[in-house]
Amino acid sequence: MGPMTTESPPAVAPGALWRRAASERVFKWLTLLMALSVIALIFIIGCELARGSQPALRKFGWRFLAGTDWDPVNEQFGALPFIFGTLVSSVIALVIAVPLSIGTALYLTELAPQWLRPALTLFIELLAAVPSVILGLWGIFIMVPWLREHLFSWLRGALGFVPLFQGPIYGVSMLAGGIIIAIMILPIITSVSREVLRSVPGLQREAAYALGATRWEVTRIAVLSYAKRGLFGAVILGLGRALGETMAVTMVIGNRPEIAASLFAPGYTLASVVANEFTETPPSVHLEALFEIGLVLLGITLLVNALARLLLAAFSRPALSPS
Amino acid sequence: MQAVTCACALLVLLPLALVFYQVLKSGIGALNWAFFTQLPKPVGEAGGGMANAIVGTIELLGLAALLGVPVGVCGGLFLSEYGYPRLNWWVRFAADVLNGVPSIIWGMVVCALVVVPMKGFSAWAGGIVLGFIMIPLIMRATEEVLRLVPHGYREAALALGIPLWRAILQIVARTALKGIVTGILLALARVAGETAPLLFTAFGNRYWNHHLSEPIAALPLQIFNYAISPYEDSHRQAWAGALVLLLMVAIINITVRALTRERPGNGGCD
Repeated sequence: MGPMTTESPPAVAPGALWRRAASERVFKWLTLLMALSVIALIFIIGCELARGSQPALRKFGWRFLAGTDWDPVNEQFGALPFIFGTLVSSVIALVIAVPLSIGTALYLTELAPQWLRPALTLFIELLAAVPSVILGLWGIFIMVPWLREHLFSWLRGALGFVPLFQGPIYGVSMLAGGIIIAIMILPIITSVSREVLRSVPGLQREAAYALGATRWEVTRIAVLSYAKRGLFGAVILGLGRALGETMAVTMVIGNRPEIAASLFAPGYTLASVVANEFTETPPSVHLEALFEIGLVLLGITLLVNALARLLLAAFSRPALSPS
Repeated sequence: MQAVTCACALLVLLPLALVFYQVLKSGIGALNWAFFTQLPKPVGEAGGGMANAIVGTIELLGLAALLGVPVGVCGGLFLSEYGYPRLNWWVRFAADVLNGVPSIIWGMVVCALVVVPMKGFSAWAGGIVLGFIMIPLIMRATEEVLRLVPHGYREAALALGIPLWRAILQIVARTALKGIVTGILLALARVAGETAPLLFTAFGNRYWNHHLSEPIAALPLQIFNYAISPYEDSHRQAWAGALVLLLMVAIINITVRALTRERPGNGGCD
């Protein structure tokens, strides 16, 4: 059936015209409905979590966010250790991943030989495709033992005067969680930064070279500062991923709801506690508290992602923003 | 500076190399025929396989595609072909934000929406949760590809008197078909490795799934359960499972490269 076989010959009966208009409208509304489904999904997620956590929300109020005890047996529910764990592990991840990713993106767009660029990009995309659970498996059996035997004891020896690097070494720890998250967010920050850097106009660079700038000055002044906002968007996008990362972190962070100064101590994140406790919990205050944990996590990630998207949109196509 | 950024790139690639090396090394040693044909043995016993998990993952992906592909592709058609700048901006924004929702939260929501009313974990719930995750991915990918179809195609079709909706389906979408398929495959590869949302929906199963309203096994779930179990033989199988899953994901990704490499010449993809 080719494009030429239309149902409307030049002289049309009124019925056919009507049919044609109707099918036109049906198709448009159908696709509109599908497009609107993403907006509906956001509302569904928010409503379901709010509904599930309603009684706990009313019972604990703001104390939930500030409480440090998580003791399901005695019905004590405080989310602070999890919020702390999520934030600290994400910050560790950003500290490691941001310089590496932006450095790599710079190498890919400015410095690497042309023949190398596609291959490098492909490998970084492959890293993004490695499922979280496989990274976790590698984390448990290869990375954590190595960290325990080598990196951690070395760190304690070299930087032991800082409280961050004191205390017993178990292997599974906040730092291990942060490192595994860093590995997971490297590809996303790298590929978004690469897009951002690629969209810096070539004229920018040429102008700086014409003024006699060195390569480093061109990169710093003409490229990096031009792309500042976009790069920041990429980093925030990575942060959004880091906050919600679940499986790999659950497998290496140690899962102990404590607030410890040492990065060698085990921690716990919002996502991990849900992963570990949600299935085994019958409908109870405990389950409602877990829903509330989900609500907190959703709130944080939505804010962070919305911010990232707005930054990136403002950087790349100002014409399409709604104002 | 060349050296510093090059070192950054090497450091980024290092974990990839280490993970691939380890999965290959430990996985190949643990793979055997039984792995593909047998059910898991009772906990703690050596031997057995993951046949049910491999089939389960494929079933779940099929269910997810049934939900995610039509909704995602149609939504993408709307975004690219009908111009309501403000509405489209919001839809696009919502899709991007949804892409950032942690997958564990999808699991909780679908658990409350599907598992609780159906009174049990099921393959349906697992398929639905993966389908939901696919929707925004496919929608954005489809839109991006359709925008590359030259305007002349649409104008030529309309000038011939073809209704707009058929022009969209038969001319625009068909021209970009390869790119749309690429987007769908990448979304499938992404959800194939999802574990967190399946914990409370598909749940996992040590036996064959005989009905879609029963719990179903999935490779990522099985890998997770074996990885945190105390038995040496389970660890061996976890590596084998990781190798199979990694190969599945890699094959999809490489297929996609092959699809996009040869340019169709009409702006279909890339």
